[in-house]
Amino acid sequence: MATQATARVEYDMDVVRGFAVSALLWGVVGMLAGLLAAAQLAWPEWNWGPYLHFGRVRPVHTNAVIFGFTLGVVFAGSYYGIQRLCRVRMFSDTLSRLNLWGWNAIIVAAAISLLTGHSSGKEYAELEWPIDVAIAVVWVIYAINVFGTLWRRKEQQLYAAIWFWIATIITIAVLHIANSAALPVSWMKSYSAYAGVYDANIQWWYGHNAVGFLLTTPILGLMYYFLPKQAERPIYSHRLSILHFWSLIFIYIWAGPHHLIYSPLPDWAQTFGAAFSIALIFPSWGGMLNGLLTMKGAWHKLRTDPLLKMYVAGLTFYGMATFEGPMMAIKSVNALSHFTNWTIGHVHAGALGWVGMTCFATLYYLIPRLWHTKLWSLRLADAHFWTATLGIVLYITPMWVSGVTQGLMWRATNPDGSLAYTFIETVSAIRIYDVLRFFGGAVFLGGVFLMVINVAQTIRHGSAAIPAEPETKAAPAAALAGGR
Amino acid sequence: MASERHRALESKSFRFTLLTLLTIAVGGLVLLIPPAFLQGTVPPLAGVHPYTALEQEGRDIYVREGCNVCHSQQVRPFKTETDRYGHYSVAGEGIYDRPFLWGSRRTGPDLARVGGKYPDSWHWMHLEDPRRIEPRSNMPAFAFLIATPLDTTLTSRKLAALRTLGAPYSDAEVEGAAASALAEAESVAAALRKDGIALDATEARSEAIAVIAYLQSLGLALKAQPMDTAMLEAR
Repeated sequence: MATQATARVEYDMDVVRGFAVSALLWGVVGMLAGLLAAAQLAWPEWNWGPYLHFGRVRPVHTNAVIFGFTLGVVFAGSYYGIQRLCRVRMFSDTLSRLNLWGWNAIIVAAAISLLTGHSSGKEYAELEWPIDVAIAVVWVIYAINVFGTLWRRKEQQLYAAIWFWIATIITIAVLHIANSAALPVSWMKSYSAYAGVYDANIQWWYGHNAVGFLLTTPILGLMYYFLPKQAERPIYSHRLSILHFWSLIFIYIWAGPHHLIYSPLPDWAQTFGAAFSIALIFPSWGGMLNGLLTMKGAWHKLRTDPLLKMYVAGLTFYGMATFEGPMMAIKSVNALSHFTNWTIGHVHAGALGWVGMTCFATLYYLIPRLWHTKLWSLRLADAHFWTATLGIVLYITPMWVSGVTQGLMWRATNPDGSLAYTFIETVSAIRIYDVLRFFGGAVFLGGVFLMVINVAQTIRHGSAAIPAEPETKAAPAAALAGGR
Repeated sequence: MASERHRALESKSFRFTLLTLLTIAVGGLVLLIPPAFLQGTVPPLAGVHPYTALEQEGRDIYVREGCNVCHSQQVRPFKTETDRYGHYSVAGEGIYDRPFLWGSRRTGPDLARVGGKYPDSWHWMHLEDPRRIEPRSNMPAFAFLIATPLDTTLTSRKLAALRTLGAPYSDAEVEGAAASALAEAESVAAALRKDGIALDATEARSEAIAVIAYLQSLGLALKAQPMDTAMLEAR
């Protein structure tokens, strides 16, 4: 055993490099699509012909940032972390390559098929059935690769980051297959296996758990691995990790019907959805606190380390969004917020603040190590942090005001009980916030361009080839999980 | 201690994964299984019928263009919503809707009850250039739907697939789907011409015609029903 422990493990970093770069690329594409979509809402003349109007551009935005950017960073971070936490190379280099190229081919197919009008019409699950089949295949490849690695691992204990990635792999497989069931009519047209109310029920069971298991659990996995590494502190509490992991995944799966409050879905299901959504604040804040308290004794590093700033800001936005979410699941609040821009603001507090910041920090952590060099400019990364923060504030504040304004105008009545505003008056009233949101998004994307420059320069000065001093610093689970 | 026992679990990857699956299965099964049985118990609603061939083609175009990204089709049981749109949404009206199109953001108004609200010619002009009808609108122009002829090569197979999934189309309806879609398009075109809209041959059987047929079908069954106002909340 002793000889094994000191033996040098050659980790497969090619797949990590591939996903790190492709994620950044899809991030730029997806956020440009988002910016275009924002412009189209503010200035309708920005819609062009069949291929570039809001109805088609918006799903390109959501698919590229969720599946191309976020999942790309998750693949990169989990391939990096799992090998180190297990102290073995990934199970199969071939499966890693298939995962990298297969997944990126899927994102290309997604972008082309969405712009050419092939959509199943279900949010965050718009892709037509052949692409859905390909997603399932690549996901199984990832699962086999990860579980094969766990099977061969040299480190007995599974560290918390791996729990969250396991939950991601299992749950996304179940959600994707159940919700995408459809009867094909032709190669690129199919009809949902479910109809009406039941289709809505299964779609939002999927839809909210896509938030839970694509934008929450795998990102928590990144936080659990990379924040302690960057802070050089063990995770605050092992017990809290256990408690919030199991309660988070148990409760999350019930929350979907909060998207269907006051709909024809049976009342009991709506009530379950609302109640579990409200309960979700506890495990969510457990995770946030476990992350933030890991900074104990390392808070002074925030002054100089832009990566830690991003992780801490990400956790803070996570806390904010997971406070706001339960509030919006309360029936009387939902009656006001549903169908308005408040929802869009809420999503972006989580997506830009929590997912975005954590993914950026993870890429800043990975890129220099993958190319065996230092980050080209810490000051530029710091500028990115502040630009992103400003962009988020400029984005979500107008969306809150816009949502509440329109929600109140829809329900406003004259003294005689008649409606006070026509629909178009409520559209005009929020136009200014659509304009402000465009600028918020532009500022946020500006920060991403700073990152692109920084990453490109870092890669230019580095080398993918392993230098004279090989990487041997394993991060055994015990070292990270050494907290209380 | 529980924490000690968990440490033991952490060294068993298979057991850990299985337990994860069971944990997420609880909520999933409770939310998905009972409503699957309830689906069969939804009371049939008088006047709800499968979409005609042209309406279904129009609905598919509506999905293709992502109209549901900005227009909800779900009226909530609030007085201010039923005053604005009409009868609140009920389970029985969606039994032929694959996929459901309730939406999540009302960038534009709800369309669940738009059938019969405006003449066909209003929709034609509105699709071509929304700002000609409402200068403050931020809806994209869908002039290309007017210039694109409706493709009916799949219509018959579409109805056959929907029949497999439960829509009660007859053999004649499935086999003659393409022809009946075009015949229906002619009657929509005739109504447009009567309203003074000049149509060339392509326009008269364009995708826009199918979309109009679909929009005009929305909510008709509920319009004929009296509304139980005791169900409404005062907001």
